[in-house]
Formats: sequence, C-alpha cells, structure tokens
Amino acid sequence: MRFGIAVFPGTWSDRDCAHAVTLAGHEAVMLWHKDADLRGVDCVILPGGFAYGDYLRAGAVARFAPLMGSVGDFAAQGGLVWGICNGFQILCEAHLLPGALSRNKSLEFRCERSWLRVETADSPFTSACGRGDVLEIPVSHGEGRYVADDETLEGLEREHRVALRYVARDGSPAGDASPNGSMRDIAGILSAQRNVFGMMPHPERACEPLLGSADGMKLIASVAGRLAHDAEFAVAR
Amino acid sequence: MTWLVEVIVSLKPVVNDPQGLVIRDSLRRLGFDGVRSARAGKYIEIEVDTADEAKARDSVAAMCEKLLRNPVIEDYRISSIRAMTESKT
Repeated sequence: MRFGIAVFPGTWSDRDCAHAVTLAGHEAVMLWHKDADLRGVDCVILPGGFAYGDYLRAGAVARFAPLMGSVGDFAAQGGLVWGICNGFQILCEAHLLPGALSRNKSLEFRCERSWLRVETADSPFTSACGRGDVLEIPVSHGEGRYVADDETLEGLEREHRVALRYVARDGSPAGDASPNGSMRDIAGILSAQRNVFGMMPHPERACEPLLGSADGMKLIASVAGRLAHDAEFAVAR
Repeated sequence: MTWLVEVIVSLKPVVNDPQGLVIRDSLRRLGFDGVRSARAGKYIEIEVDTADEAKARDSVAAMCEKLLRNPVIEDYRISSIRAMTESKT
C-alpha cells in the first residue's frame, strides 16, 4: 500500500509516520504542501507538527496549501484521509471534520501516555480493533481540546462517529485523566462518510515495543486491511 | 486610500476560555476584588488599500470569514477603521 504523508513547513512527525508505515511493510510517499499531486497514494496522512508555525490558529493557514485542495477532492471521492494531531486541527479548519480544537484546559502542552477506548470498529481506521479495546497511544499537544456545539456532538454520537475516547489507564472514564479537557473525552472522530479520520494522539509514536507501545500499528493495520479489501474487490469486478 | 483597520477576534461566550479564567484568578489574587470575569482574544491590525471606508470594512469582514476567525469557536468585530494620512511603511 502507498501511504502519502503531507509535509508542510513546520511539520515534525512526517518522518516518524514514514517509519511506522514502512515498519508495517508499506510504502511511504512524502507529499510536499506546494504540490497538488497526490502521486497515486491509497491513503493520505496529515501528520503532527506546527504547519506554518500554527500562526493565527493551528491549521488555519495550512488548509489553504495547494496540497489541501487535492486532499479535499480525494476525500470527496471517498479517499482515505487520516489527520494526526496537527493534521486533525487542519482537517477541522478545512471543514472536512466538524468542530474545532482549542487550547488545552490546563493551558499546558501535554506530552504523555494516554489511553483510548475504541468506540467503533466500523471504520477503515479501526476495523482491526475491537469495540471497547483500550489502546495506549501518547499525546503531544497544547491545543487538543475538542469542542463543538451540542447538535454536532449529538450527531457524532448518534452516527457512531466518535472513534476514540480518552479513558483512564484501567478503561474507566477519563475524568481528570483527560489530557486536554475535550468535550465528551473525544480523542478521534470520523467524517459522515467515515473515510476522513482525525485524532489528537500519535499512533506513529506507538509503533514498536521499544517505544513502550505498539498499539498504533493496529490503526495502520486497519487501513491496510481496508485497502487490500478494496483492491481485491476491484480485481474481482 | 489606505485604511488602518483594527480587528478583535475572541472566543464565543459559550466556549470555555481557560486563559481568561487564569487572568481573572490572577487579578483577584493580586487584590483586584472587583474583577468579575476576564476573556482573552486576539488583536489584529490590517492596513488595506480601498476606495472608501465601506469597502475597507467589507474587505476586512471577508478576511475574517475566510481566515482570521474560526466560526466554530470564535467571533470577531472590527473595533476601529481610520484613514491613514501616509503609509507606515
């Protein structure tokens, strides 16, 4: 599988994402922000970092990059788009996902282990997980508090589009263990078509036991499984 | 004509503003007992060339809608527009 990895000025997790994807046996293709060509990738990853310095608001300037126009078209055609941390912020700014990510409730930049409960396995990004599984994947952000109005939140819950929720280590509700104070402890959400996914935690930093957890690989395996299934289906036709 | 437009972008009243709460609490700790609340926002100054003031206002409003604020969580207001006698630069 070919995973495209977006590189904006200030992106910092692009090489880590490439490492994780390569480790899983896939090809990583770097996609420069000024280039509108997606180079035939099967899935686009918008990695973490501080695109355009996060000036004005995180993701506010990045969404107007030439690459993002193509990413929007790709998503509209059903292509898989995966925003991680800064990538999630960019997807919200681009209105490819609802809501916004605001300053952490603590006002602190939090770089620490976090635990996420898989709320739905019905998505290309979580299909290799079981509903209720708890994944250990670290966070590293200062602006990750998910906010949206009640109507949006109710819609996300009703359509099972909250894919990941922060929980305490034992799987109980996060409470004060939430790294950012997100509404309803939301850590990751899906688009209505379920092909666009944004999450604040960094799966690429949980890709081998040496890093303390390899749980992030389950998400990469989910995407690869979905793509392999689609390819098989296309051949069969 | 060059206009100097001042814009204030702030979190919507319903959005929790942890920065504002810290400012409020710090002021109270310093003895400013009468402080009821504090909200933090952004101040942006824009110099823009347009034919008249109404066009300057419209242009900056369009900038706010497209880039300067996030409509999900932020409001904006143009706090001042004035003609510049000569460009600062």
